[in-house]
Amino acid sequence: MQGYIIRRVLYAIVSLVLLSITIFSLVRVTGDPAALMAEPGAKEEDLQAIRREFGLDKPIVLQYFVFVKNLLKGDFGKSIYYRIPALDLYLQRLPASILLATVAMTISLLIGIPVGIFSAVRVNTWFDNFGKIFAILGLSLPSFWVGLILILTLSVYLNWLPSSGAEGWTSLIMPAFSLGWVFTAAHMRLARSAMLEVLGSEYIKLARIKGLSERLVIFKHAFKNAVIPVLTLAGINLVLMVNVAVVVESVFAWPGVGRLLFEGISFRDFPVVQTTVLMGGVMFVGVNLIVDILYAYIDPRIRYGN
Amino acid sequence: METSQVVATGDTFAAQSFELTRWGKVASGLQRVPIFPLLILATLIFTAVTADFLAPHNPEVGNLRYRYRPPVWQDKGSWEYVLGTDHMGRDILSRLIFGARISLLVGVTASIFAGTLGTTLGIMSGFRGGWVDQVIMRLTDAWLALPGVTFAILFAVLMQPGKWNIILILGLVYWTRYARVIRGEVLSLKERDYVRLATVAGCSRAKIMWTHILPNVANSAIVIATLQIGVSIITEATLSFLGVGVAPPEPAWGLMLAEGKSGLMAGYWWLSVLPGLCIMLVVLAANLLGDWFRVWSDPQLRQL
Repeated sequence: MQGYIIRRVLYAIVSLVLLSITIFSLVRVTGDPAALMAEPGAKEEDLQAIRREFGLDKPIVLQYFVFVKNLLKGDFGKSIYYRIPALDLYLQRLPASILLATVAMTISLLIGIPVGIFSAVRVNTWFDNFGKIFAILGLSLPSFWVGLILILTLSVYLNWLPSSGAEGWTSLIMPAFSLGWVFTAAHMRLARSAMLEVLGSEYIKLARIKGLSERLVIFKHAFKNAVIPVLTLAGINLVLMVNVAVVVESVFAWPGVGRLLFEGISFRDFPVVQTTVLMGGVMFVGVNLIVDILYAYIDPRIRYGN
Repeated sequence: METSQVVATGDTFAAQSFELTRWGKVASGLQRVPIFPLLILATLIFTAVTADFLAPHNPEVGNLRYRYRPPVWQDKGSWEYVLGTDHMGRDILSRLIFGARISLLVGVTASIFAGTLGTTLGIMSGFRGGWVDQVIMRLTDAWLALPGVTFAILFAVLMQPGKWNIILILGLVYWTRYARVIRGEVLSLKERDYVRLATVAGCSRAKIMWTHILPNVANSAIVIATLQIGVSIITEATLSFLGVGVAPPEPAWGLMLAEGKSGLMAGYWWLSVLPGLCIMLVVLAANLLGDWFRVWSDPQLRQL
């Protein structure tokens, strides 16, 4: 178990190192890194000062080590627009994003799991077909379009909900629904296939042979096992939601990290863009590591298999 | 092809039901083809190719006197601008028609680019093994550590906007999905007897990869590519929506949505509803076709 954990942690570190090399070289291949850190129209002396400050006048390998050293110290550069450290800005915005992702996740699980389970129980009926159509629609609709349609109907025509901002829980409904939409479809699909697999297993057959009522078989024996993979995916997806919310947050002007990324793009504020992307990578690698270790803890085959 | 495979399994029941006339065979084969997605994609291709003849107006030049005209069926709508005009007086229908060209170009080219890159690296990784495998797979892991959209945004911020750069970016972001799957298949393929025989017969590694491995993984690559078309189109729309994708005044659907956002509160619904509807239909068609193709190319799923 210990060996397995150490190996997984090493893989995660390698991933992060490669990620940092990718971003580092991308910045240098596509242009002048000093120009990205400076305000638009900066003079040559200013650029020189920035090069000195970030060590950009040194050899490329040394530059990389300076880059990583700064990252490890938590120095992600200063926002050009807000003039404060980009990491502070990111951490200020993170709670709003987590709140939005949590509500969106709750919506997607509350709809996805029951519909998926019921589709599997009533496989190939009209309900199942309806579920299939719903799932494929969910994966085909861009979340920002769902957002725009919601604004049009609920804010413009019906005047029920505020179209943007973050005042009270009413402004949370539409962004959470647009963000949760795609994930609802994904969770539904997984719940359905997991439930189908469970229903075909030996212990469910045994439960039926014992003469248990259908309700007991489904809710007591099958449901719990079918939900496990969905909840695992939900854990990973929660982190994914925080990171892909950029369009939804910009449509609804929700003050999270996605909106921050959008501002970074619009104001050509590269330190902010870089911070958001890097932190997203760190969170993603982290949650995958946790899931890997948890799985190994639960399932000995993974622990000894490798 | 479908029918001949059914007969070849020796399933008497299936064979009997296919003992029809030649036309009967063709007809029953056609029944399983997904009509709806093919129809949508055919329309898309037709529109994209003949955009110059179909579009009633210039998509990039508007008439400021005719701003925010509603579609023809609403009050103040006219047949001159069937689906209305935008904030610069440009014809929405013409922009949608030319937008089909961009979506098709980006979706298909990006999938082919990513597929070629990912399949090549996947085959090399699986077949060569050793440090080549380690390097490519660790790179794939690192690449997959970022959500595709975020990664694409980072690329797009650093490069100049434009549709060819978007294709390049989508290819560079999405190759990993092919590499993973293809590598797994190559690992089992290279242990097969015919590959070993080829090695014994003195075939070069390049020749084995090209003539013996590639044809056997092509099916999976095409399935992923079909499913990936929808992802590419949505990602392009997202980048354009955020202002780092296709550059204005080009009529990309995602860009049209972004421009239509400001008119939303005033009730100019056609600016954002119509382009979104186009994106949805095309992505839906690509997803359905990809799903059908996945099942069709896998005899186990086809339940033969």
